[in-house]
Amino acid sequence: MTSGIPIIFTALAAFAAMLAAAFGQDSLFQAHMTVLCIAMALASIVMLRNLKFAPDWDKSKPAKADPSEYMDDVIRAGVIATTFWGVVGFLVGVVAAMQLAWPELNFQPYFNFGRIRPLHTSAVIFAFGGNALIATSFYIVQRTCRARLWGGGLGWFVFWGYQLFIVMAATGYLLGITQGKEYAEPEWYVDLWLTVVWVAFLIVFLGTLVKRKEPHIYVANWFLLSFIITVAMLHLVNGLTMPVSLLGSKSYSAFAGVQDALTQWWYGHNAVGFFLTAGFLGMMYYFVPKQANRPVYSYRLSIIHFWGLIFLYIWAGPHHLHYTALPDWAQTLGMVFSIMLWMPSWGGMINGLMTLQGAWDKVRTDPILRMMVISLAFYGMSTFEGPMMSIKTVNSLSHYTDWTIGHVHSGALGWNGMITFGALYYLVPKLWGRNQLYSLRMVNWHFWLATLGIVVYAAVMWVSGITQGLMWREYDSQGYLVYSFAESIAAMHPYYVMRVFGGLLFLSGSIVMAYNLTMTILGKSRDEQPFTSVATAATPAE
Amino acid sequence: MDFDYQAMRTFADSWGLLYMFAIFVFVVFWTFRPGAKSLSDDAAQIPFKED
Repeated sequence: MTSGIPIIFTALAAFAAMLAAAFGQDSLFQAHMTVLCIAMALASIVMLRNLKFAPDWDKSKPAKADPSEYMDDVIRAGVIATTFWGVVGFLVGVVAAMQLAWPELNFQPYFNFGRIRPLHTSAVIFAFGGNALIATSFYIVQRTCRARLWGGGLGWFVFWGYQLFIVMAATGYLLGITQGKEYAEPEWYVDLWLTVVWVAFLIVFLGTLVKRKEPHIYVANWFLLSFIITVAMLHLVNGLTMPVSLLGSKSYSAFAGVQDALTQWWYGHNAVGFFLTAGFLGMMYYFVPKQANRPVYSYRLSIIHFWGLIFLYIWAGPHHLHYTALPDWAQTLGMVFSIMLWMPSWGGMINGLMTLQGAWDKVRTDPILRMMVISLAFYGMSTFEGPMMSIKTVNSLSHYTDWTIGHVHSGALGWNGMITFGALYYLVPKLWGRNQLYSLRMVNWHFWLATLGIVVYAAVMWVSGITQGLMWREYDSQGYLVYSFAESIAAMHPYYVMRVFGGLLFLSGSIVMAYNLTMTILGKSRDEQPFTSVATAATPAE
Repeated sequence: MDFDYQAMRTFADSWGLLYMFAIFVFVVFWTFRPGAKSLSDDAAQIPFKED
């Protein structure tokens, strides 16, 4: 660190936050600005202590980083942040599951389920998934463009700016600051900060694409660029709110009634479509070919996959509002487009899986590749389940039940989680210059813990969700409801306990990964029996 | 011309739909045009050019 500009910025921000805390119009805003002030002050102190005032006398070292080299420091930081937030997010998820099974665990007011739940969803989607997407997009765009990340320190701004967004969002939830919009809970001032960071992210990504040495833009970058642009658009429109005061934590949406609901689910569903699907497909189209060491099965299919997804996904949001005040034609439109999404989704899954054509034996000996294969399998499964649930008659049973929760988790844990784990296992040895991971056996352990965890979770939620749905609409011969709502809650208890078990399996897998990656970074290697194919094992010793 | 709801949606589900659909069809044909196969096979090799 030789530049003082970021320190001036954070110090001024700390001062401004202190003023905002002093003049804040409500106690929540005052508390939140105090958090910001402390964070900015700490950042200033840490950077000041690392500031070098002495001129760099060592002329043998180039003053500036070699522009031909890739900028990997920020990716290394991103990999560590991804791992850290992953473990935190899964842990909070297990806590939320335990609160549903044992309500005594709702510690009021800061740790009740209503605040823990958005903390969990944002931690896994935006902290774990977002950091994974930023880090891997920086990695992929440099490698496939054969160009250094554009913008110099701007990449670092994106990384730290995003961490600040996460901290502000998370502390806001625990304090009780929320817009009440699913996956868009942060209030207006946190939304504005995210906009600044996201635009910087777009500029860094576009700048690198513009100065690329490779004439063709590889398809993974198409998916990543569409993810960045679409998320910016969604965030801006759904975040259109009017704050009550510029020094207050509360704001009101620009839209009212069903229009607000439709805007929210246009945002919410496309956050799934472009954050959790397009972005992670960008990861898939780079890391699966690299780990399998063969090009994608059909490059042209990947382009059709891209355009199919782009043209169809944006219209699917209304399926979140079946049987509501939303006009019937809009509900049907959402359903029809959701069903059409089957085609590009399965095209993409087949494309990913067929990349292994002729190399299927590697799945036996390479647990990292196996992780990527299971992620594609879960991608296929959840993109089959999703359209099915969007059909109105199915939705009348599944909506508002745990079936939806199970579906989301098979997608998020199975597809997003597993492809991210695969990418992390691929990246860490490369980024830290290690020959191999600390332990491949532990990757295998992680694979089975995570897979079993998801299977338990999804299966339990199917049973509890369908039970719930059927109990809610059970009428007797007199036309009365057979069950009270409380009875349907009591019936869920055994499933909620089983779900905690599934979550614990998945969490322990991620802890195994964190240990494995830490040891790899430290340069250690575990003494263990290597994975060998059956054919090799059968060869007699010479 | 006034931009009321009905005018906007009538435009969207006629010319707007046609425009989107035409672009999509063009993209699909462009992807499968003669000679695209060798180009796309080259593009698929991009991840293997570096490290």
